[in-house]
Amino acid sequence: MEASTVLKLNGLVKRFGSILANDDVTLHLQKGEVLALLGENGAGKTTLMNMLFGHYLPDSGNIEIRGVNGDLVPLELGNPSAALASGIGMVHQHFTLAENITAFDNITLGAESLFSLRRNQRKAEKKINNIMSNSGLEAPLDIPVGRLSVGERQRVEILKALYRDAHILVLDEPTAVLTPQEADALFSNLRRMTNHGLSVIFITHKMREVLSFSDRLVVLRQGKNVGSMETSNASEKKIARLMVGSETQKVSPKRITPGSPILSLNDISVAGRSKRDSLQNISLILKSHEILGIAGISGNGQNVLADLISGLASPYKGSILLKGVAIQNINPLNMIKLGFGRIPEDRHRQGIVGGLSVSENMVIERLDDPLIQNFGFLRSSVINDNAQTLSEKYDVRGPGIDQASRLLSGGNIQKLILARVFEQQPEIILANQPTRGLDMGAASDVQRHLIEARDRGGGVILISEDLDEILGLADRIVVMRDGNLNDVNSSSREAIGLMMAGESV
Amino acid sequence: MIDILNILLTDSFWAASLRIATPLIFGVLGALICERSGTLNLGIEGIFVVGAMCGWMATWLGAGLWGGILVAFLCGAFFGLIHALLTVPLGLSQHVSGLGITLFATSISYFTYRTALPDVSSPPRIEPFQPLDIPILSDLPFIGLVLFQQTALTWLALIMVLLVWYVLNRTNLGLAIKAVGDNPNSVDAQGLSVYAIRMWAIVIGSALMALGGAFLTMSAFDAFFFGMVNGRGWVCIALVIFASWRPGKALIGALLFGAFDALQVRLQTEMGALVPGQVFLMAPYVLSIVALVIAARSADYPRALLTPWYKGQR
Repeated sequence: MEASTVLKLNGLVKRFGSILANDDVTLHLQKGEVLALLGENGAGKTTLMNMLFGHYLPDSGNIEIRGVNGDLVPLELGNPSAALASGIGMVHQHFTLAENITAFDNITLGAESLFSLRRNQRKAEKKINNIMSNSGLEAPLDIPVGRLSVGERQRVEILKALYRDAHILVLDEPTAVLTPQEADALFSNLRRMTNHGLSVIFITHKMREVLSFSDRLVVLRQGKNVGSMETSNASEKKIARLMVGSETQKVSPKRITPGSPILSLNDISVAGRSKRDSLQNISLILKSHEILGIAGISGNGQNVLADLISGLASPYKGSILLKGVAIQNINPLNMIKLGFGRIPEDRHRQGIVGGLSVSENMVIERLDDPLIQNFGFLRSSVINDNAQTLSEKYDVRGPGIDQASRLLSGGNIQKLILARVFEQQPEIILANQPTRGLDMGAASDVQRHLIEARDRGGGVILISEDLDEILGLADRIVVMRDGNLNDVNSSSREAIGLMMAGESV
Repeated sequence: MIDILNILLTDSFWAASLRIATPLIFGVLGALICERSGTLNLGIEGIFVVGAMCGWMATWLGAGLWGGILVAFLCGAFFGLIHALLTVPLGLSQHVSGLGITLFATSISYFTYRTALPDVSSPPRIEPFQPLDIPILSDLPFIGLVLFQQTALTWLALIMVLLVWYVLNRTNLGLAIKAVGDNPNSVDAQGLSVYAIRMWAIVIGSALMALGGAFLTMSAFDAFFFGMVNGRGWVCIALVIFASWRPGKALIGALLFGAFDALQVRLQTEMGALVPGQVFLMAPYVLSIVALVIAARSADYPRALLTPWYKGQR
């Protein structure tokens, strides 16, 4: 085993103030291996990889990497150039591409001296073409990156690493932005490259990918390496237990029969930012006792639909019927009063007012309620009592209810929003990417509340990019693509994935 | 209308346009380099004053004309370095720092001038740059006067346009400057220093701005006066947007402004009896606002403009 080890992280420790992000993490990587690095949000996966790539300097520990003569040599820490030079390539979750220059320029940037008077393009082109044909990663090279699709950008990002002769590739949540088909293609390309001697570490929290595409997996919890195993010996249950520290109950709702329609959109058109993002003559019916899942790659009109149902956007054509009665004033306040509950996509910016306190945010959607105010004067004791009760009931943790809500973590902000929304017993709930970026505990809380609301007789519109979430929760699924809604008859991942990518089934 | 046509057909009008445009060309190029790397430099107005004062004073003290230009260049670079230190590694507000530099640089220039020459009522004159006299070329009809009887500084400005264009579009350095102004992480991830690229861009850009100021005292006039920069720096900030951050368009923008200005001077003499002179004085500014409004709608801002970047924070 030692002979083919290409990378060893030995006892890495990283502190940010009082937070111990990585606690004595040790792991190794074999040549030609695909290693999955798993963990909840905040488990320290990205911190660990940023130390490997030299973005952060570890407080203690060291890294050894296979050098030119095949021996393990120590890597200079805290220096991205050194990491690059020793063959580590990193593909960040947020792409590090300049959009105003071409893919070619992004790939070759920094590979030659900045002060050479001319650029040797032909040699570079040849090398890139070689890499593309070996790896199967294809991307147009000569147009600005800003005009490439997300999948293409990711391929450029990987090409960039391979161009710098990376023999260890680190991918941070590579499939978060891809359709299932694109993700499969990515992994098959990676497999092709590992056969050529590349070693891969990929960070993820999607079980399916770990189980189908990795050779070995390492789980981090609270900054510690809590276990590693061959993927062939792993199961979803085992991994989840390692990640959370205890077995979690996977939310799997009982199916119940939907009731009568409560919300219908009739032939609605809304202008979005682009044509692809606009709604064109869409119709939709939501019943009580129903969770309607809207699948699709983001940017296909989901946000416009969410804005419409929240009252933020008005249709220029068509009508919205609430229990058969057309809604006249489509504005946020009126929608709230009519019994709509909204869980917005961007919880930091649209979900809360960060500068206001937790207790103020808890009542911010019903400020004209006479319980809350008297002739425009807020009743602070009522507001604080309310916040105290709800914080306990919904397990919102933070520095205190009188503190600014932006100080809360993402999961607690989402719980604050849940408390505000579900306490009003809304009949219709719009949940836009409600579990994105949340750890398993907070995510299952969110899902539990959605199911409770449905069981109580509400209708839930669940917009999510996470197909597994939709398949697990929704009673009925539609796919959104180019501003259109398409009914889904089968519940197979493949069929839905193809529809998301715009192919007819 | 006929009056305007007559003016547009004279070679002296075009020669004047290019002459008036020269300081703006330096200024726009300087601002363009700064902004392409992601930093707005509102110190430009003050750096113009510094360039005008230092270049002229160095020459007056005996450094020679090109010595004066070098001094102006270095003084501009120095104020650029202050702005760079405040806005790049420290990440302070680019607006506040830039305006601070303008106030500071302007005042220190006036202060130095008054300290060095406490008693004079009119400033001492230097022998400024003279129009070129190239055999044959300078005697050509029309373009002889327009192009080949300009001073060396105007030619330097035109060469700078080519140089900046070449660096931005044909070299790795230019690639890095463009990339760092769009997404600093792209540069960082390739092992290059975001701070170094941004700071050098600001320093060099500011030095170019100072040359624009130096042109005023060492070529357009032959002495330093209070208030002589008169908003030219701010015009450059607008022209960069008009130019959509491209050197070629920056030249066009500067020439357009120069032409408006040259035209208004001539119209004042021809039609001054009918229309108050202030209307003509105002015209170039109004027209550049109009041009800006039209051009800025489609402007493609460097995405990281005004956004500080901190190492290790992603």
